[in-house]
Amino acid sequence: MAGRSPRVGVVTFPGSLDDRDALRAVRFLGGEGVPLWHADPDLRGVDAVILPGGFSYGDYLRTGAIARFAPVMEEVRRFAERGGPVLGICNGFQILCEAGLLPGALARNASLRFVCRWVHVRVETAASAITGELLPGEVLEVPVKHGEGRYVAAPGDLERIEAEGLVVLRYCSPAGELDDRSDPNGSAGHVAGVRNAAGNVVGLMPHPEHAVDPDLGPTGGQPLLASLLARAMARV
Amino acid sequence: MATRTREPLHRALGLTDDELEAIRRTLGRQPNPTELAMYAAMWSEHCSYKSSKLHLRTLPTEGEAVLVGPGRDAGAVDVGDGLAVVFKMESHSHPSAIEPFQGAATGVGGIVRDVLAMGARPVALLDPLRFGPLTEERNRWLFAGVVAGIGGYGNCIGLPTVGGEVAFAAPHSANPTVNVMCVGIAPAERVLRGHRTEPGALLLLIGAATGRDGIGGVSVLASRTLEEGAEESRPSVQIGDPFAEKLLIEACSELADRGLLEGLQDLGGAGLTCAASESASRLGLGVELELDVGAADVEVR
Repeated sequence: MAGRSPRVGVVTFPGSLDDRDALRAVRFLGGEGVPLWHADPDLRGVDAVILPGGFSYGDYLRTGAIARFAPVMEEVRRFAERGGPVLGICNGFQILCEAGLLPGALARNASLRFVCRWVHVRVETAASAITGELLPGEVLEVPVKHGEGRYVAAPGDLERIEAEGLVVLRYCSPAGELDDRSDPNGSAGHVAGVRNAAGNVVGLMPHPEHAVDPDLGPTGGQPLLASLLARAMARV
Repeated sequence: MATRTREPLHRALGLTDDELEAIRRTLGRQPNPTELAMYAAMWSEHCSYKSSKLHLRTLPTEGEAVLVGPGRDAGAVDVGDGLAVVFKMESHSHPSAIEPFQGAATGVGGIVRDVLAMGARPVALLDPLRFGPLTEERNRWLFAGVVAGIGGYGNCIGLPTVGGEVAFAAPHSANPTVNVMCVGIAPAERVLRGHRTEPGALLLLIGAATGRDGIGGVSVLASRTLEEGAEESRPSVQIGDPFAEKLLIEACSELADRGLLEGLQDLGGAGLTCAASESASRLGLGVELELDVGAADVEVR
C-alpha cells in the first residue's frame, strides 16, 4: 500500500451539518475523505474517524444523547479501543462525551446564547491525535459556533483531567493568555478540547475544518487536521 | 351567559366584503366554507402581494444574466461557469411581532425552502431588520427574540448568516420589519428546466409533520394590521422544526442531483392550497386532493 494517502472517515448522522466541510478539509490537506453513514455496520477500513458538527437526530433530547446509540458508534468505539484516531468536533465532541469515550460533558453556554465567532486556542499537549505536529504553548485561530459548548466535569473528575494532562486546547487571548474575555462559553478551566488517556480520542468545540483554506480566512485548523492525517498515516 | 354576534366567516378569514363579492361573481354562486378559506389564503397579502405589487413592479427584473425573474419560488442569476445564484428575500414581520423567536425562525425556514424549490443548495442567509427604540421593553423583547430565532434556526440547519443590517426608529415600535434572505447555488441548466409533467402524475407531500400551529397564518395573521388583542393570534404562528428542514434539504438536493424530480414546490404559509394550485396552474392542469388518505395523497389530472 506504499504511497497511499490516509483515509479519513467522516460520519454523517441525520442532522449533521459540517460533514461536507470536514470531507473537503481532509481532501484539501491531501487525505482521502471517506463518507460514512450513521447506520453503517463498519468503517470501510478507514485510518481515522471524524464525528462532525451539527444536530444529530435534531438533538431534541440532549446534545449527542441519541447519536451515541447509532449503529456506526459501536464500530467507532471498537476502533477507538484499538488505538484508532477519533476526532469529535462540536456535536461530535458532545457525542463522544455521551458515549463515555471522553471525560466530562458540554452544557449550555454561560451567556445562555448561541455564539458564532473566531477564537484563539492554546495547545496544552502534543500528546494527542490532533496536536502531534504542534508544540505546547502554540496559539491557533479557529471559529466556534455553538449554543452548548461550556465544558463541565464533576469536581473530582476535573482535577483528575487536569492532573493527567487530558486538556488538549484552551481558549486564550491572541497572545496565549487565559482570561474570561477570550472564552466564548465559560468552560471550566477555559477548556476547548480534551483527549482520552491514550490520546487517540480527542474532542473539541472549535471547528478546524472551517479554517484550512487561506482563501476563506485564518488557517488555524490546518495543523490540527494535518496532525490527525499524520497520525492516520502512521497506521497505513 | 352573554351572546355574541358571530363575525361573518369571510371577515374572520381576513377577506373584505368587496373581495367576497368578487369571489361570488367569479364562481357565479356562493362559495362553500372550504372554498372561502382557500380564497382567503390565495388572496392574502402574503400570497398575492396585492398592495405591495405596485411598488415591486418599479424594481428592475430584467438583464442579460437573469435566468429566472419574478413568478417562480425564487429568482436566479447566471454567474458563469455553468452556475446560477438563486436568491430571494421576503418579510416575516407580523408573525415576528406576535411571537418573535418562532416568527423569525420560520421566516428563515420558509425562505430556505423557496431557494431549495429551485433545485438549488442553500448556502447563506442575510437579514435586514427594523425595530422600535430599545428604550421600550417590548422592543427589547422583540429584538432579542428575532435575533435568537434567526441565529438558532440558521445554526440548526447549518446555514451561516453572512450579513444583514439593523436600524431603530419610533414608527417600528412593537411592529418590527423582519426580512429574511436566502442565497443558494445550482447548476444553471437545472433552474431553467422548471416543471414538466403529464396528466396522471403524482404529487408527493414531504416535510415536517402537520400540526395545529400556523393554521390561517397568512390570512388571519400576515395580512392584517396589528391591533390590540393581537396576542390572540399567537397560535397562528407556525412552530419551526429545523431538524425536519435539514433532512428536507438533503433529501431534495439528492432527488435533484439524481434527476428524479419533474417539479418541486415549496409549501409556504398557505399550505397545500397554494402549493397544489400553483404547481397545477403552471402546468395548465388540475389537481385532485384526497386529504383523508393518510396525510395527503394528491393526484394531478
